[in-house]
Amino acid sequence: MAGRLVAAFLRRHSPTISVRADLELDSGDHRVMVLFGPSGSGKTTILRCLAGLDRPQEGFIRLNDDVWFDAAAGIDRPPQQRRLAYVSQDYGLFPHLTVAQNLQFGMDSSKRQAPGRVEALLRMVHLDGMASRLPFQLSGGERQRVALARALARDPQLILLDEPLTALDLPLRDPMRQELRQFLRSIDVPSIVVTHDRVDALTLGDRMAVLSGGYIRQVGLIHDVFSRPVDLAVAASVGVETVVAGDVVSRDGSLVTVRIDRAHVHVVEPAAVGQSVFVCIRAEDVILETSSRGDVSARNQLTGVVTAIQPDGGVVRVTVDCGFLLSALITRPACDELHLTAGSTITAVVKATAVHLIPRQMP
Amino acid sequence: MDWSAIVLSLRLAAATTLILLAVGLPLAGWLALSHRPGRWAVDALVALPLVLPPTVLGFYVLVALGPRSPIGHAYEALTGGTLVFSFQGLLVASVLYSLPFAVQPFAAAFAAVDRTLIETAWCLGASRVRTFIRIVVPLARPGIVAGAVLSFAHTVGEFGVVLMVGGNLPGTTRTVSISIYDDVQAFNYARAGRTAALLLAFSFVVLAITYRVQRRAGRAWPGVS
Repeated sequence: MAGRLVAAFLRRHSPTISVRADLELDSGDHRVMVLFGPSGSGKTTILRCLAGLDRPQEGFIRLNDDVWFDAAAGIDRPPQQRRLAYVSQDYGLFPHLTVAQNLQFGMDSSKRQAPGRVEALLRMVHLDGMASRLPFQLSGGERQRVALARALARDPQLILLDEPLTALDLPLRDPMRQELRQFLRSIDVPSIVVTHDRVDALTLGDRMAVLSGGYIRQVGLIHDVFSRPVDLAVAASVGVETVVAGDVVSRDGSLVTVRIDRAHVHVVEPAAVGQSVFVCIRAEDVILETSSRGDVSARNQLTGVVTAIQPDGGVVRVTVDCGFLLSALITRPACDELHLTAGSTITAVVKATAVHLIPRQMP
Repeated sequence: MDWSAIVLSLRLAAATTLILLAVGLPLAGWLALSHRPGRWAVDALVALPLVLPPTVLGFYVLVALGPRSPIGHAYEALTGGTLVFSFQGLLVASVLYSLPFAVQPFAAAFAAVDRTLIETAWCLGASRVRTFIRIVVPLARPGIVAGAVLSFAHTVGEFGVVLMVGGNLPGTTRTVSISIYDDVQAFNYARAGRTAALLLAFSFVVLAITYRVQRRAGRAWPGVS
C-alpha cells in the first residue's frame, strides 16, 4: 500500500531552544530518508514527535488521510493509534520475554493466535529456531534483527529507526549496515533513519534531510546533498574537508573561474562574475600526481607543497598548500608510490565538476 | 506461647499484604509513571503514616470507623456488626498504616524500569494498562516482592494502631505485640520472652529470604540495570 507522510511542526523545549521539521516522504523509490546531523541538532526530537511520544506546539502530522497530529484542531493521537514502528537506539527488546513473545507483543490479538506468523517473521530476518531465546542470549546483531521483525509485526505504515547501528560493535557494523539496507528495500514502507554517521547515511538512505541548529537546512537525494551542500552548516555536517572563500573572476560558458588568494579554480556551476562564494572540495575527489600533465580543460591542476600527512585507517589524509589549504584522501600504496613527505612539491588534480560553490555574503 | 495471637497476627498481615498489592500497585504505578499536577500531594498523603505517631493515626481511624461516622454507620446497616474492635476494622487500619511500606518500594521499582521499554510497548500498540501489566510489573518484580515483605513484617509488628482501633480481644484483635505487652504487664516474662524470640526469628528469616530472592532476581535478565 502506498504511504505518504506529510509533517510540518515546531517543538519548543524552552523559549530559546526549538526544533522545526518540514518533511514529506512517500513510499516508492525514495522511501528511505536519513535524518542527518550532529548530536543535539534535534533528530531524536523529530522522531519522537512523529511517534507521538513528544508533543509539538505547532503544526501537523499526516499519514495518507489520517491526521496524527494537528495543533490547530487539537488532535494528538497517542502512539498506540499511529500505525508505526519505532526502534530505539538500544532496540527496546523486553528482557523478560522470549523472542517469540517479543514478536507477539506487537501483534493485534487476532494475529497473535495465527500459527506460523512468528516463524515467518523470524525467517525474514534469518533467525529461524531462535523463538524461545531470551534477549540476553542473543548477539547485538541478532537483537537488532528481532527488533526489526517485531517492528513489522504490526504492519506499520511508517518505520522510524533511531541510530540503528550505534549499539553494535565495530566489526558487526559493516555487515549489519548492508543487511539493514536490504531490509528497508524489501518492504514498501516509508522509513526515517536517524544517524550522525556519514557511512550509515550513504549506505542506508535514498534521500537525506540535514539538521543543524534545530531545523532542516537541506533535503535531497543523498549524493546531491553530500556533493552540493546549500550552506556552510550543511557542508560542515556532511564533512566537506575543504571549504574556502573566493571570488568569481571570469566566466566562459558554463565554466567559471574562482580566485582563492593566489590560486585559481575552475568550476562548472552557475555563478556571476564578481560574486563572492565558498569553494567546497571533497577530499576523495582530489587526485595527487608528481608532475603536471598537459593542460586538460575542465580539470584543475594545483601545484603546491605538502604540509601534513595523516594516516587514517587504510587511507591517508594529505594537506597541500596550493595557495589555499587543500585536503586530499589517497590510499596508502598511492602515498608510498608518490614518496610523499612534508615539504614535497605535488600537483593536485580536481575535476571542475567536483567543485561546488556556496554563495557568500560580502562582509 | 499465645498461639491464637500469633495466628491472628499472621492472618492480619497476610490479608493486609494482599489488599496492599491490589491497591498499592495501581497507586504506585500512577505515582511513578504519570506526570499529572498534584502528584506531590498524593505522595505526601501516602507517606504520612511514616511520620505520624500510631496513636494519632489510630485515633482518626477510630473516629472515622466508629458507629457514629458515615462509614461505621453504613457498615453496621450492611452487616449488623461494628468496624471498631473487630478484625475487619483492624484490617482497614493496618492497610492505611502499612501503605507507605508497600507503595514506596513499588513506586521506586516502577520508576527504575527503562522508560524506552514503556514507550516501545506503546508504539507497538499496547495500551497503558497492558503495558503496565505485561512490561512494568514483571520488570519491577524485585521491588514488588520487597514492598510486600515489608508490609507483611510491618503489620506483624504493629502495636499502637491495633491498641487504638482493635483493643485487646483474645482471638479477634489481640495480636502478637499486644500479647507480649500483656505478658510483661502481668510479670509473665518467660512467656513474653518466648513470643518475642519467635517474632525476632521470624522477622530475620523473612528479611533474609527477601534479600536472597532479590539478589537472584537481579541476575535473571542480564542487561537489565
